[in-house]
Amino acid sequence: MGAYVVRRLLQSVIVVVGVTLVSFLALQAGGDPTYLFVSERASQEEIEATRRALGFDRPLHVQYLSFVRDLTRGDFGQSLSYRQPAMEIVLEALPATIELTLFAMALALILAIPFGVLAAINRGTAWDGSITTASMLGQSIPSFWMGIMMILFFGLYIRLFPISGHVPFLTPLLSGDVGTAFANLPRTLYHLILPGIAVATYSLARNTRLVRSSLLEVLEADYVRTARSKGLSEKRVLIHHALRNAWLPVVTIVGLEFGFLLGGVVVVETVFSYPGIGRLLFAAINQRDIPLVQAGVVLLASIFILLNLLVDLIYVRLDPRVKLAGGRG
Amino acid sequence: MSEQLGGGGFEGMERATHADGAIAVANPRGSGFRRELERAVRQMVAARWPVFAVVFLTLAAIAATFGSWLAPFDPNRQNLVLRLADPMAAGPDGSTFWLGSDALGRDVLSRLLYGARVSLTVGFAAIAVGGTLGIIAGLLSGYFGGWVDDAIMRLGDIQLAFPFILLAIMFLVVLGSGVWNLILVLGIGQWVTYARIVRADTLSLREKEFVEAARAMGDSTPSIIFRTILPNILAPLTVIASFNVASVILSEAALSFLGLGVPPEVPTWGSMLAESRDTLVANKWWLAVFPGVAIMLTVLSFNILGDWLRDFLDPRLRERT
Repeated sequence: MGAYVVRRLLQSVIVVVGVTLVSFLALQAGGDPTYLFVSERASQEEIEATRRALGFDRPLHVQYLSFVRDLTRGDFGQSLSYRQPAMEIVLEALPATIELTLFAMALALILAIPFGVLAAINRGTAWDGSITTASMLGQSIPSFWMGIMMILFFGLYIRLFPISGHVPFLTPLLSGDVGTAFANLPRTLYHLILPGIAVATYSLARNTRLVRSSLLEVLEADYVRTARSKGLSEKRVLIHHALRNAWLPVVTIVGLEFGFLLGGVVVVETVFSYPGIGRLLFAAINQRDIPLVQAGVVLLASIFILLNLLVDLIYVRLDPRVKLAGGRG
Repeated sequence: MSEQLGGGGFEGMERATHADGAIAVANPRGSGFRRELERAVRQMVAARWPVFAVVFLTLAAIAATFGSWLAPFDPNRQNLVLRLADPMAAGPDGSTFWLGSDALGRDVLSRLLYGARVSLTVGFAAIAVGGTLGIIAGLLSGYFGGWVDDAIMRLGDIQLAFPFILLAIMFLVVLGSGVWNLILVLGIGQWVTYARIVRADTLSLREKEFVEAARAMGDSTPSIIFRTILPNILAPLTVIASFNVASVILSEAALSFLGLGVPPEVPTWGSMLAESRDTLVANKWWLAVFPGVAIMLTVLSFNILGDWLRDFLDPRLRERT
């Protein structure tokens, strides 16, 4: 256990260093980064002065070290478009993104189980056929297009759900205002429904297929046959024997799920004008506000890495075989 | 892996012997291939959906190749008088906007046909880049083992620990958009998948008799790797590639939607969707529906094809994709 944890921790540290290196090099890859920080009509002297002020005249490795030193203090420099610390802006948008991601993750995990089970126990029937077809479709629809279609249908045609906006839940909760947070909650969820479905579609479809195929496999297993031959009801066999093992593969990917969902969140936020990190990144990309892009990307990547580390460590406790294999799956 | 994949071939040969032994013995390879092809077509027709996928992708490929001849209009020709025309509305000079026109009066159908080119080119080229990198990395990793293996595989772990879309955003913001950068970034995003599978297969093939034989006959290491091992591990990769093209096309659409794809004068399905957002509230649905349907059908076709290919080659591959 100890050795595994140490190795896994070490690996995460290397990955975090990799992330910082990539985001540092991204700034350099487009040539002299000084030009991002000066206006187009700046004189040669102004450019020189800016270059010195921002430290771009120093050797690369020195620049990298000071970049990392600033990072550890949460300092990504000033956002070029907002003229305030990039990290502050990103942190402000973080709770909204977390709300959307968690909501979508819950949808993708909770709904996948009944759908997958329904398809598996009715294998070969119309139920199975339509669920399998729907999940095939779900894996082929771009999340942002799903969002656009839902805006057209639910937002403009039958006018059932709001097509933009966000009511904060986590922000008041974290600042200690529990009353406001829970008073907001119904409206928070109401606003999360359309973007949440758009983000979740792909994962939901994939998880449904996963539950279906792993349940089909488990239902063939010896211990299920044993349970059946003991005369247990089909329902009991399903719930107490088969399902337990069938959804293990789904649990395994919970950590990675966040990464998948993140891809959707970034674009879907833009579609719904949802005030999270995704929309912020979109605006920052269009204004070439590199410090803001760096702050957003590094923050999201760090959360992803941390989450995967946690899932792995929890997993070792749940499944002792992992330790012996020396890695996950 | 070689036995599993060879299975189909032997089966075909066996049948060939029953049917007309002389030909099968004289030319087992040619006959086996024909049998395999027949089996493929039979299975495809029986499964129905793959036929749809092949038909649609053929049409998309035709659109991508001959889009400039098929398109009724220049995709960038603006017509400010006929802006936001409904589908089937009359265009200039007795022509028709079959799928309507956009906010600048450009023909949606023509832009859609041109968009096929970017999606398919980027999809296939990115797989070529990622596949080549991954196959080489996997072969080296599996064949040499040791520190080479460690270095390559840890590099892959690190990349996978970084959400791909963020990596792509970061690089495209700085390198600038453009077809080549897009292909490069999307390709690099895919190499790990190929490397892992190729490595595992190489590891198991390395000790096989026929590799041993090649080594005993004094074949050079590159020859063993590329002539003896590589041909035997390619088949399962086609399955991965098929699913991969689908996910690359989805990523390309998302990046184009974010404005990180190709330059704005090149029509792509993703950027068409991005433009459609401005007229969404005015209920100009055709601008949002058609490009999305195009993406969905293309991705769906590759997914269906991947499923079919997996079942055709070996149902056991299911666990790995």
